Amino acid sequence: MHSQTPLKYRELAAGAVKDSQLHRALGMMRDKVGRNAVNLYNQIAPGQDSRRAAKAVRSRIVDNLDVVLETLTENIRARGGQVYLADTGADAVEYCLQVARRHQVRRVVKGKSMLSEEICLNPALEAAGIETVETDLGEYIVQLKGEAPSHIIAPAIHYTREQVGALFAEKLGEPYTDDPPSLTAMARKALREKMLTADMGISGGNTACAETGHVTIVSNEGNIRMTSTMPRVHIVLLGIEKIAATLEDHDILLRMLTRAAAGQKISTYISYVGGPRLPDEPDGPEEFHLVLVDNGRSRILADPDFREVLHCVRCGGCLNVCPVYLNIGGHSYGSPYCGPIGAVFTPLTRGIGECSHLCQGETLCGACKQVCPVDNDLPRMLSLLRAKLADGDPKWDVLPQSRAAKLAFTAWSLVMSRRGLYDALRGLARMGQRLLPRRDGWIVRLPGPLGGWTRGRDFPPLAEESFGERWARRNRDGRDA
Amino acid sequence: MNKPQRVTLFMQCIVDSCFPQVGEAMVAVLERQGLTLEYPADQTCCGQPAFNAGYRNEAARLARRFLDVFEDAECIVCPSGSCVHMVRHHYRELFAKEPRLLARAERVGARTFEFTEFLVDVLGVTDVGASWHGDVTYHDSCHLLRGLGVKDQPRALLAAVRGLNLIEMTRSDECCGFGGTFSAKYPEISEALLETKLANIQATGAGAVVGCDMGCLMHMQGMIRRRELPISVHHIAEILAGRQ
Repeated sequence: MHSQTPLKYRELAAGAVKDSQLHRALGMMRDKVGRNAVNLYNQIAPGQDSRRAAKAVRSRIVDNLDVVLETLTENIRARGGQVYLADTGADAVEYCLQVARRHQVRRVVKGKSMLSEEICLNPALEAAGIETVETDLGEYIVQLKGEAPSHIIAPAIHYTREQVGALFAEKLGEPYTDDPPSLTAMARKALREKMLTADMGISGGNTACAETGHVTIVSNEGNIRMTSTMPRVHIVLLGIEKIAATLEDHDILLRMLTRAAAGQKISTYISYVGGPRLPDEPDGPEEFHLVLVDNGRSRILADPDFREVLHCVRCGGCLNVCPVYLNIGGHSYGSPYCGPIGAVFTPLTRGIGECSHLCQGETLCGACKQVCPVDNDLPRMLSLLRAKLADGDPKWDVLPQSRAAKLAFTAWSLVMSRRGLYDALRGLARMGQRLLPRRDGWIVRLPGPLGGWTRGRDFPPLAEESFGERWARRNRDGRDA
Repeated sequence: MNKPQRVTLFMQCIVDSCFPQVGEAMVAVLERQGLTLEYPADQTCCGQPAFNAGYRNEAARLARRFLDVFEDAECIVCPSGSCVHMVRHHYRELFAKEPRLLARAERVGARTFEFTEFLVDVLGVTDVGASWHGDVTYHDSCHLLRGLGVKDQPRALLAAVRGLNLIEMTRSDECCGFGGTFSAKYPEISEALLETKLANIQATGAGAVVGCDMGCLMHMQGMIRRRELPISVHHIAEILAGRQ
């Protein structure tokens, strides 16, 4: 699904910045959700206390993840659920395939799992001859389109209802309409049939609770309620970090999550799952599996500089305020995790070198840090990733990215550390800049790597007399006078 | 901190090299406050461009030098929130594993102030006796706003300028897309952010945009000039020095 590599970031972004419809849709997310999130946190506790509380909770859990994971595992097993710890994405996929084969599964219904995108589960299921249907409306739309989600919580935000109408007319054979309730009814009809006849349900989880041994899945459509209870087998895919230790922690995180993600105090549905149906229960699966996926997370856990990123609750709040994301959309990132969180998390799990554009193509404006419900310092981590790209880091298998840039910055810092040399070179540059094309004094075309600036903007020339020179002259003249 | 008598000027390198008039305007405003000013002639750059690009050793070289140059200053004032943010916050990151440098960086960082922050929070002044006629809108620079928490100080100073009418733009706190080397490396994205910013400025109807950081301001001015838009761009020091 994610056929684009993160190295195409600039190319994809250049196309997306021209998409005015995308900007309208993302602007709506920004204004309705993104910029209101902080106000909603303040309704829980005045000031920034609720973010700090959530950060403290997440930090304590992540620091004690081994114990928390073990408690969760014990409690799920005690209820008859099966727990599998997958080291890699491939392990997790293989486990799902094995369960599917054992039950001769022909159809899977899915929902609410970014992680399944991360590990490329759908193509593997399809390749094994298993029909795989997304049941979240947004995810269903992008699946029909043959695309990946473009936002963490609003996967089809980049489509208008007219486009969805045309897509449904084409793929579902229904008459065209762009009336949202009619479109929802069409999807419901198509999906109900799939859910009633599926052999297996796969879902993600927003958080698990170790103390109670359950997984919590937040939704607004009720699809998860059916995906998790109607098929005879249910698999939950969960990143190893998405766990709360106690019910109290769970409560704090959930309250922040819905506010940050969708501007809601609570969502329409919250499903709690954690085992197979008991003999006296009317519904639920016959078999329940929890697949805890590492896929690079323990490597992050081992690095104190980046451990903080595991606090993330995947609300997508940072996307809704990031001016870069709001201009380029999710698909430009070439990864299921987009926006500021993707720019940090994706390089750490897929390779910092391979994803160099993601951490460099942000402005470090800090809006993401301000809105994050767990107070993640994403700009700090972006900056640190850049440092690894600059100088290389064997621990993270990163090679220095650009010999030329390194040389340029070294030369620059050597010049800047001697005022006399700096002044002399600036004098030369003043003469040199006369050769550059100018208009009304400002430079209209810069050479070399600076040329990007003058593509659409003029550049200021060096003043004939610097502040330092003016200051010296003033003091000299002052003394003379 | 107590009101100082002497102030040491820390000139952002682009102000020094490209916009010396901004430095002079800051000098004029500070001198009218009765302060004695010093300018260490061997200062250059705080190292932020290298730091943001990931070249931390190179940034640390300049940071050490900055500490040498400014170590003895009682109070340091700079016309850029971004440079102050570098000194106050990122130096601590650079020297996290070198206790002696870290202690020096913390001492110097605590005495380094952005210009408007210094006027309002340290001197306790909002009316500097300036006049400037016309409508202006104010752009919140990212590092000043989120890094240093300076939001109200420039607005209070502008509100006291005679003849000046401040019209707030939509999302004044959204990044203009400068981001240092980002602006040259990812010009398509950077320009898209800047276009949004300029549209928000134009929608106010104000003929002038004011800010506290020449990085953002030269970025905005770059496109304003290219597109010949009828907007003038000013560093807040130029407005506060004004006696029209």
